[in-house]
Amino acid sequence: MRVTIRLFARLRELAGAGELAREVPTGATVNGVWQGLVRDFPAMAPYEASLSCAVNAEYARFKTAVNEGDEIAFLPPVSGG
Amino acid sequence: MVPVTAITDRVLEVSSVGQAVAGPGDGAVTTFVGLVRDHNQGRRVTHLVYEAYEPLALKALDRIVSEAGELWPSVRLAIHHRTGRLEIGEASVAIAAASAHRADAFAASRYAIERVKQIVPIWKHEYFEGGDTWIEGATADPDDPEARANARKRACA
Repeated sequence: MRVTIRLFARLRELAGAGELAREVPTGATVNGVWQGLVRDFPAMAPYEASLSCAVNAEYARFKTAVNEGDEIAFLPPVSGG
Repeated sequence: MVPVTAITDRVLEVSSVGQAVAGPGDGAVTTFVGLVRDHNQGRRVTHLVYEAYEPLALKALDRIVSEAGELWPSVRLAIHHRTGRLEIGEASVAIAAASAHRADAFAASRYAIERVKQIVPIWKHEYFEGGDTWIEGATADPDDPEARANARKRACA
């Protein structure tokens, strides 16, 4: 199934794009999507310990299952204010 | 009608954020304005660029308003955050809290800025003399009770 990945700040720069389309197996979780991303962009690996994620613009967990057409966002530590 | 929460690339109007919340029963409105300063950790900052995951950032701001509403039921809160390029001295965030009495307004406003820094998906790209860097603060987890308790503790200090 096809999902959209959204990346921000330093992660966006590491990927060279803020939005990526990926094919993932049925039953995949957010963690599976992340692991696939790290295979493509190994420099992202150190972010794993400090990352947040969202599915369809709602905060989610890495164990959250993803569905066809979902938008999965990976969020480095935030610094608003 | 000024919205209670906003993510905008336009200049923040502090007075209009206050107008979004103040009513005839209010005896106090506090406003907090975060500014871009010209130095950070020994670096001479030239400007900042803020990036947001807008739909989630807006929901996170709404969540902060609702959390503050549970803690201080008499307070109405508005939070506006700017995105894009900001020069030194410009406002990056404006928070207004209106209440019948000042103590709750001050507390809710402090709580709000602490929570903004914890859970709103916005990032600062700092440009300074000699380079640039992404500022990375808190791992955003709105359900983390410890972070929430810390914000509350600071609000009530």
